[in-house]
Amino acid sequence: MNIHQSALPILIVAAPLFTSFVLPVLGWWKRAAVFPVTLAALAFCGGASIVAAREVLATGPIHYFLGGWAPPWGIEFRIDHLGVVMLLLLSFITFLVGIYSKRSIARELPEPDQEVPFYTVYLLLVSGLMGIVVTADMFNLYVFLEITSLSSYALIAVGGGVAVVSAFRYVILGTVGAAFYLLAVGYLYSVTGSLNMADLATILPDLYDSNAVRVGFACMVIGLSIKMALFPMHAWLPGAYSDAPSAVSALLAATTTKVAAYALVRVVFFVFEPRFSVEIIPVTALLSWMGAIAMIVGSTMAIAQSDLKRMLAYSSVAQIGYIVLGVSLANAMGLTAGLFHLINHSVMKACLFLVAGSIVYRTGLRKIHELRNLSAKMPWTAAAFSVVAFSMIGIPPTAGFFSKLYLILGAINAEQWVFVGVILLSSILALAYFVNVIRYMYLSPDKAETGTATTTGGQPVAIPEPQRDEAPVSMLVPMLILAVSVVLLGLFNGEIVSRFLDPVVPASFSR
Amino acid sequence: MIDFAIGHFNVVAYVVLMMLGFYAMTAKTNLVKKLVGMNIFQWSITLFIVSLGAKRGATIPIILRDADHASSDATVLEAALYVNPLPHVLMLTAIVVGVATTGVALALLLRIHKQHGTLEEDELLEKIRSSRNPLVPSR
Repeated sequence: MNIHQSALPILIVAAPLFTSFVLPVLGWWKRAAVFPVTLAALAFCGGASIVAAREVLATGPIHYFLGGWAPPWGIEFRIDHLGVVMLLLLSFITFLVGIYSKRSIARELPEPDQEVPFYTVYLLLVSGLMGIVVTADMFNLYVFLEITSLSSYALIAVGGGVAVVSAFRYVILGTVGAAFYLLAVGYLYSVTGSLNMADLATILPDLYDSNAVRVGFACMVIGLSIKMALFPMHAWLPGAYSDAPSAVSALLAATTTKVAAYALVRVVFFVFEPRFSVEIIPVTALLSWMGAIAMIVGSTMAIAQSDLKRMLAYSSVAQIGYIVLGVSLANAMGLTAGLFHLINHSVMKACLFLVAGSIVYRTGLRKIHELRNLSAKMPWTAAAFSVVAFSMIGIPPTAGFFSKLYLILGAINAEQWVFVGVILLSSILALAYFVNVIRYMYLSPDKAETGTATTTGGQPVAIPEPQRDEAPVSMLVPMLILAVSVVLLGLFNGEIVSRFLDPVVPASFSR
Repeated sequence: MIDFAIGHFNVVAYVVLMMLGFYAMTAKTNLVKKLVGMNIFQWSITLFIVSLGAKRGATIPIILRDADHASSDATVLEAALYVNPLPHVLMLTAIVVGVATTGVALALLLRIHKQHGTLEEDELLEKIRSSRNPLVPSR
């Protein structure tokens, strides 16, 4: 077998990791250099991801053996089609949020000189995320999972006040999730003696009757479900996302739960065979119901929120439900829909949290009902929010429409009519909470205020036109790029699905 | 039942420790106690995986070249004579991860105590609730 070896996988992880080691020293010498160097490292990840994408599409998966030790003894890094999609997505989001964070974080940090540690941890988070995607070793995945989680605890706590409490709650739950994952690795190792994913995939089919394998599988699904905040294990998410600094909310909402979902797909369909996850232990049936409940409960809770960021956080719980439901339908259309929604939701939620952050930055407002007439003040911000909100609801030609369409088709293929209903119902609930926000943003203040004016004086009082006070360019541009890419993802959905996602689907899936 | 428990005492030990940690995490209101519970939960799993490498009558995995060669000409090693070192090495990494987690959590607790003046969860929730909704008077 001809294995395509290249150093790209290790470079994508090592670049942000080593830059984050260098940053504190650099910051001590010259603080102004920290931000450009951070962006350079993120841009390098983006460039390397693009090169990796070209290579993978041309020649197939890229392997890298750490220290030259061939698997299953050594640790292997591997980029395949699914990995490429995640790498491109992660480097895109982290780069844009990096640009955005410059202005927003300067105001939210408790002390001005804390920029250096912030970007150090930021890059550490990025290297953890990239590591989860490229690693082909179960234990290595645990380590990267914890690097990601540890840096996100720290980043959330930067928000101060209530955020610290939310971060602590996340530490407890996140560690329990990681501990379950580690336990599962221990169980699988005890019966197979291997940690390499591809090697496990060949050894495990003979051991599907072993109790240790089954317990390990169950623990792994539980651990990763906690990490991805699947209902009812989502308790840490709303607090963590709504109290964190705005750039951090966007970053975490778009990346950490998504890589956990990616790891779940890896384990359920590629380390174990689909026939194990679907038939021997019907975990996909369980997951699909949990996903469906998450969609309804998350959306309902989102409607009940008065705080914009909290509403978006509950909406994330619902969207995780979409992803899990799609993946666990266990047919080609469903898996494609789940993965496509993973990409879309990552881009959409990043944009929405950035918008919420810009509103706080300019006006200090967090409550939805205070956003009245925002469109006059921040027209571009409001427009970006509206485009992405339409996508979240599922209006063509935005990306959200297509992932929901694929999802419904997948549910029909699986003959799960209840889920078709749940998807439609959840879309209506999404309509309810997003249109409410858009309504406030575009509502002119005249009605209510002229009402009071006429009752007191009889003469309508001229209300001064609100000053245009748009977000700074470095914050506005990332939001607009994300909003435009939501539309582009929708327009080029066929291309993305056939190029990147179709090769991912296991051969045994019904098409 | 008893035989199973004795034969798998490492499994029994880890489950008991794990549940102890779980109890502390859920039932205790003091955040430090929750953190200790989380640590017990983590270390129980570490302990279990370390125990996986153990073999009865085996020695440390340092290959004695001379003794081996003296017994037979072939360089084949008796795997049963040596404990499996890999779980220990993995757990070394997991311990480092656990220490880092504890460090971050303790730093967070320091911040919480500095900002809210308490580490009791119920008092903390009360304070947060009154700060979120100014209409409700704080105690």
